[in-house]
Formats: sequence, structure tokens, C-alpha cells
Amino acid sequence: MTSSGRVIGDTLLKIENITLSFGGVRALSDVSFDVRKGEIRAIIGPNGAGKSSMLNCINGFYHPQKGQITYKGTVRQQMRPHEAAAQGIARTFQNIALFKGMSTLDNIMSGRLLKMKRGFFWQALYWGPAEREELEHREAVEKIIDFLEIQAIRKMPVGKLPYGLQKRVELGRALAAEPDLLLLDEPMAGMNVEEKEDMCRFILDVNDQFGTTIALIEHDMGVVMDLSDRVVVLEYGQKIADGTPDEVRSNQKVIDAYLGVPH
Amino acid sequence: MLYRETGQYKTSYSADQAMFPILQDRVGLVLILIVAFVGVPMVATQYTYTGILIPFLILALAAIGLNLLTGYCGQVSLGTGGFMAVGAYAAYNLVIRVPDINILLAIFLGGGISALVGVLFGLPSLRIKGFYLAVATLAAQFFLDWLFIRIKWFSNYAPNANAPDLVIFGVSFSSPLERYLFVLTIVCFMALLAKNLVRSRVGRAWMAVRDMDIAAEIIGIRLLHTKLLAFAVSSFYCGVAGALWAFVHLGAWEPLTFDVNRSFQVLFMVIIGGLGSILGSILGAAFIFAIPILINQVPATFGMPISTALAAHLEGMIFGSLIIFFLIAEPHGFARLWQIGKEKLRLWPFPH
Amino acid sequence: MAFFFEVVLGGLLAGVLYSLVALGFVLIFKASGVFNFAQGAMVLFAALTLVRLMGWVPFWIAFPITCVVMIALAFIIERVVLRPLVNQEGIILFMATLGIAFFLEGFGQTVWGSDIYTLDLGIPKDPMFILESVFDGGLLVDKLDVFAAAVAGALVVGLALFFQKTKVGLALRAVADDHQAAQSIGVPLNYIWLVVWSAAGIVALVAGMVWGAKLGVQFSIALVALKALPVLILGGFTSVPGAIIGGLIIGMGEKISEVYLGPIIGGGIENWFAYMLALIFLLFRPQGLFGDKIIERV
Repeated sequence: MTSSGRVIGDTLLKIENITLSFGGVRALSDVSFDVRKGEIRAIIGPNGAGKSSMLNCINGFYHPQKGQITYKGTVRQQMRPHEAAAQGIARTFQNIALFKGMSTLDNIMSGRLLKMKRGFFWQALYWGPAEREELEHREAVEKIIDFLEIQAIRKMPVGKLPYGLQKRVELGRALAAEPDLLLLDEPMAGMNVEEKEDMCRFILDVNDQFGTTIALIEHDMGVVMDLSDRVVVLEYGQKIADGTPDEVRSNQKVIDAYLGVPH
Repeated sequence: MLYRETGQYKTSYSADQAMFPILQDRVGLVLILIVAFVGVPMVATQYTYTGILIPFLILALAAIGLNLLTGYCGQVSLGTGGFMAVGAYAAYNLVIRVPDINILLAIFLGGGISALVGVLFGLPSLRIKGFYLAVATLAAQFFLDWLFIRIKWFSNYAPNANAPDLVIFGVSFSSPLERYLFVLTIVCFMALLAKNLVRSRVGRAWMAVRDMDIAAEIIGIRLLHTKLLAFAVSSFYCGVAGALWAFVHLGAWEPLTFDVNRSFQVLFMVIIGGLGSILGSILGAAFIFAIPILINQVPATFGMPISTALAAHLEGMIFGSLIIFFLIAEPHGFARLWQIGKEKLRLWPFPH
Repeated sequence: MAFFFEVVLGGLLAGVLYSLVALGFVLIFKASGVFNFAQGAMVLFAALTLVRLMGWVPFWIAFPITCVVMIALAFIIERVVLRPLVNQEGIILFMATLGIAFFLEGFGQTVWGSDIYTLDLGIPKDPMFILESVFDGGLLVDKLDVFAAAVAGALVVGLALFFQKTKVGLALRAVADDHQAAQSIGVPLNYIWLVVWSAAGIVALVAGMVWGAKLGVQFSIALVALKALPVLILGGFTSVPGAIIGGLIIGMGEKISEVYLGPIIGGGIENWFAYMLALIFLLFRPQGLFGDKIIERV
């Protein structure tokens, strides 16, 4: 039990001794940590510390050379990103990765692709069960649209939206999949204070209302310390600290990493 | 004032998801269909059917097929002619080798076989992208060209086979008018199916792959599966178009009609019409098909007979210039112009 | 055995000609990201201009005039087509070059006529024997092919020097690397495009000259562009050495298949064999011959 009354459960995701390299460059070496069910877990560190690489390993985009990932109690073999998605892992990206030619509504609807079961021929006819299914999902998507307060831009092509809204739509697309584990890669990068406050509210609400486990990367320390239950700190591909925000804040290695020390 | 959606409230998601949510669009569509099915037959001449309307409709069908692949799924293909040829020759072989087969069935099975071939040549799309893939699809085009010219079995050892009479369920489609209605019905039906596909889950998966394949995979889309489905559906449309071209338009089979120039022609239709638009495919087909006819008509109307060679060269020049002009004027094609027009109309008489 | 080497050699020499056309593609794609389908039409146009001018003036006057014509063409294309379409997607620009191809083919033949013209560069066309000491009776090669190979070699060396040693070449490589970064440090993009299109025009002229001497100047040489495409996917769209080596491989593979495989499956396979070869190669090495392994980032 945390102070706010949320329930933090067992370990959902366990990362053990992950090592990832590209050619001769080591992006991650021997990193281990875990994410518990229902918590908000932050991954922080200076630029190039391997944070995004870590997320890429978790959702199957990169395949680490060593180490193992245990998700929902089973050790994961090499898997493609779409298999990770099928297991309930959704994410957003550091550089927005929306489908630029589609409307907000279609982008969020695309997040529910895995939940739509009707076959190809039903879709071609758009009749009966296929139409009913489409409408059911439309209703679910409308709830997300309400939740994220983006009703007005429902039909707009996302390419034309301002940056902050695009980030919000991207979160919407990830939420549409109703994930068990939500990975957020710098959800607040490049936002002004108001937009950041909105985004913080959404993240907390998602965690609170839907019980979604969240792992996020963020540079804004204030935000990280306020939002997260536990923080893992990476530097040059290695884990240098892991613990509650308070513990991490007072860790000498972390202070050195952020402020720099004479070598 | 005519084109307004004021007062048309949508009270259900079903109404909002409709293909034409605005009343005026629905009325317009019905009018167009009435003109196509009833109006045209009242005025058209023999030549209008065989020289203009039938080939235009068939090419529009091929353009819809290519647009599904290139405009919606983002895979550029230069093999359209080849896939049309597969449909045509498959249907032909079904008709001569399977006794008493229904011709309509043969046409659609021809499309089905074309879909299989399309999947085969779509396989490289997992590994290569963009122009590399476009060039790779040329491999399909040239290989299929060669196959139908050199392997005589496909043409039943006859250089020019004539199409059998078009009799379906006991109804004979022999006059130009009947053939026109036959093609029109198939094209309308398949255009409707295509429109349904692109506004449903399948279409969204295609567009997701087109816009950003990595993100598409991360939300759970299987890339190869999705791309191959696009290749299959696209080739099916092209195959049916090819079979219609041979059965209904030419009334004969000749491999040269499906060469690489056909592929470029259909690609032009798609680009000028608008990538990612079913309506655009039809508009583009009309435009690209009409230009050469107009260019050929103009000198004759002014009483300046020119040699065929010069006419062909002038046609190339004018066609090339028009393509460039339209790309500069509106790179997103007629579909976008249409949209802008509607927006303007909605605001009229107030500019902006 | 001597016959086999003769086939290989013949293939390599034919491959040089493919390389020449591919080179024009690569120059433009590298500097402007435009997939220039009009390269074949440019070859035809240049060859037609040259051969018709040679009806009035000797080669040494006709050649520079044709060069000027090709540069003027590059200027017009840059002004009329590329500049208004700057920042459009690749496919739109590709379509525009198809438009250019249609226009040029029609224009060239309207102005210069559409007969078959013989282009006589004063090179003897008779075959000769080489390496008689190694093989019994020597290997039979065409003198014209040897000449073509020499011209292509000289052209590549010339282009390499131009890219490596001159200021324009440096700017060009910068543009090829990153358009916006190059612009931000003051490289004039329009000027660079003019330079590459001119260079591609002159490469087209050389290719047209050699092809024209071999086959006669006629419409079909516009179609050699289609032969150059498999070379491109094999060698990579942006690699000059790739265009050369790719051309040689395709030329050789095509000849060998034509001689040994053609009779078995019915002949006429040269139209697609090169494509299949390139395609199969790509399945195993999607980045092409000289590309680096692609690391995808998100």
C-alpha cells in the first residue's frame, strides 16, 4: 500500500542482466531491475545512457545479446514487437510516431486493431457483425477521447496538430489497446508547463483509474520525483541506482552523474 | 447555400461512421449512379461505349486496385500490367480448360489467381522498401510479360485467341450497352467493397504501415501479413480488371496490352487522382484516359491532319507537360482538389 | 573453356554500358533524392542531338554543342520542374520525372525525327582477338566494346576527381549527406541540383554516344534505362562504385544466363533475368552491395 491508497502488486516485469550492443558499441551492460504491478516506474539518466534502448528491449524491438526478460511470470524468448503488443505492452515514442496521414480518431482506433476480430470479408461488406464491432470499438475510443479531452480534434489529420496534442493522441493510441504495461518514452519532452501538468494528470489518472502499470522515461526531475513510485538510474548503459525517489535523490553516484565530477 | 451540413445532427456513432455522413453527398451519389445507369444509355453512341466508357471503367478498377496497395499501404508497384495479364490469362485458361464454367466465375477466379501471384511477388516487401521495392515489382512485370509470350501453353498455342460470347446465367451481354452495364455493375460493386475495406480495421492497418511501419508493428500489426494482404487484394482487383479487359473490352488476348506502359498508365491515374482515395482513382482514370483521346481529336477538329508519328510524339509531349503541371499545381491529386472545393462550398459565400 | 571466358568478357563489356546509364541515376539520386526515370529519355535525347548535329558539323564541334544543350536542359528542368516541387515526397518527384521522360521522348523525336540514325565515331567495328598467348586462338571481343569500356572508365575517374577535389564536389557530397544541414551552412541547393542534372546530362550523352554507335540511334535506346534499374538495386541507389560493379555483375550474369540457360527455358529471358538476379540478391542483403547494415531507431 502506498500513501495514496493504490495497490502495488507482484512483479510484472523482471529484467535480469540485460546486455545489448550494436557492433562494438555497448548500449546496455548487465542491467537488472523489476517493475511491479500497478506502480509507476521511472527510468532516468543522462542523454545516451541507454534508456530508450531499454524500452526497445522490453517491447521486442531490440534483442539483447545476454540476459533475460520475465514478463507475467514467463521467461520471454526472442519476440517481435507485435507479439509484445499482443501480450499487453503498449508504448509511446520520444519522437512522436503517429500515423500522420490519418485522423485523430483513426489513430486511436488503430490502437484497438488487436481487439477487433471480424474477418476480412465481413469488413469488405461492412455489414452486420463487422459494423457492430466497429461501433463497439468506436464507443471505447470515444471514452478515451473524453478522458484525454481531445473531442474537438477528433476528425483532424494528426499531422496538422500542435506538438503537445500529438503527444496526447499518441498516449490515446497506446491506451486504446488497454495495456497491462504502458511504456512512455519522454511523454513530456518539449512541452510547456501547462501541457506538462495536463500530461502528469493523465498519467496519474491512467494509473489510478485503470490500474495500468507504467514505465516511463523522463528528463524533468521534478516530474519524475512527483510521479513515480520507484526510480532506476542508468548511466553509460549501466545501472547506478535504484529505489524510491528520495533514495535516488540522495545517492552520491546519481548526483555525480547529473552534476558531473572531475575525473 | 446548397452544400451545408447545418441542422444535420448525428445522434449515433453509426450515423457518424457512415460512408457519406452529409445528406448532400448522398444525394449526389445517387444522382451520379442514375446518370451512369440510366442517363448515359439514353445518349451514348456505339463508339462512346467501346472506345471510351468500357476501357475507362476497367482501368478505373485497376487504379482502385493499385491505390489500395500504393495509396493506402504505401507499397509502390510498377507491376500492375503484369497482374492484369495474370488475371486475363488465368480466366482465359479456365474458360477453355474447364468445361461449362460460368464466365463471371472465371473472371473472379482469374482475379484470385492474380492475387496469389501478387502475394508471391509481394514477399520481397518485407525486406526492401520504397523505390527498391518499386524496381523489384518491375521484375514481376517483365517476368510475366515473358511468361505469357514465350510459354505457349498459356495462350493455348494460338497467338490471338478470341473471347467467347459473354453469356452469364443465360443472359447474353453482346451489345456495347449490355457490356457497359455489365462492367459498370462490377466496378460499382468492387469500388464499394474497396471503400468499406479502407474505412475498417484492414484499411487502418494498411495506412498505419504506410505512415510509419515501426510504430505499426509496435501497436501489434504483423507487417508481412498486412503487406501481403494488400498485395493480394490489389492484385485481385488488377486481375479482375485484366480479365474484363480481355473478355469485354478487347474481346481477345494479346500480351502486349499488359506491358510496362500499362503499369505506368495506371500509376499515373492513381497519382493524378490522389493517393489514398477511391474516388481519386476513378477521377484519375477518367483524366489520364481522356487526355490522349482529346489530343487526338483536337487537330482533326481544326482541320489540321497530322501524321500518326508526329501525333504520337506530340501526345507524349503534351501528356508529359500536363502531368508535370498537375503535380506542381496539386501534388495530392484530384481527390484533394475535390475536398478543397467542398470546404470552400461549405463556407460560401464567405471566403475563409 | 575459352568460350566460357569469351561469354564472361562479352558480358562484362556489355555491363559497362549498363553502368554508364546507372551512373546517371546515381548522381541525381545521391544529390537530390530524386529517382530520375527520365535518364533513359535523356540518353535518347542526347544521342539524337549529337547524331543530327553531326550531319552538319564534325564530331569535335557537335559534341560540345550537345553538352551545352544538355546543360540547358538541366537548367530548364531545375527551374520548371524541380524548384516548384521542392520538399515534395519522393513518389511525386518520381512521377514528375516520368512526365519529363514522356516530354523528352516526344520532343526529341519531333525535333530530330524518329528514324534510325547510324552514329559513326570512326571506331572500327570488326572484332579482334586478345590474350592469344593464354587461350588457344585467343578471345573474340568487339573493338567498340573495348572502346566503350575505356570511355566509361575515363568518365568514372573524371567524376571521382570532380567529387573529391573540387569545391562544388565537396558541396555536393554535403548535400547528398543531409539537405537541410548543407543548406544551413550556405550551400546553394538550386545550384547544386543544376550541377548534378548537368553532370547526369553529360553522362547520358556519353552513354547515348556509345549505345548509339553500337545499336544505331533510335527510340529503343531510351529503354536501356530499364536495363540499368536492376544494376541500381544491386549496387545501391547512392553508390558510384556500386553502379560500376553492379553493372558488371548484371552484364555478366545476363550473358551467361542467355547462353547457357536461355535455350533450356525458351529464350528471350534477358528482359527479366537481371531483375530476378537483383531481387534474389536483395533478399539476402537488403542494403545492396555497398550499403551499411541498417540499424533502425525509434
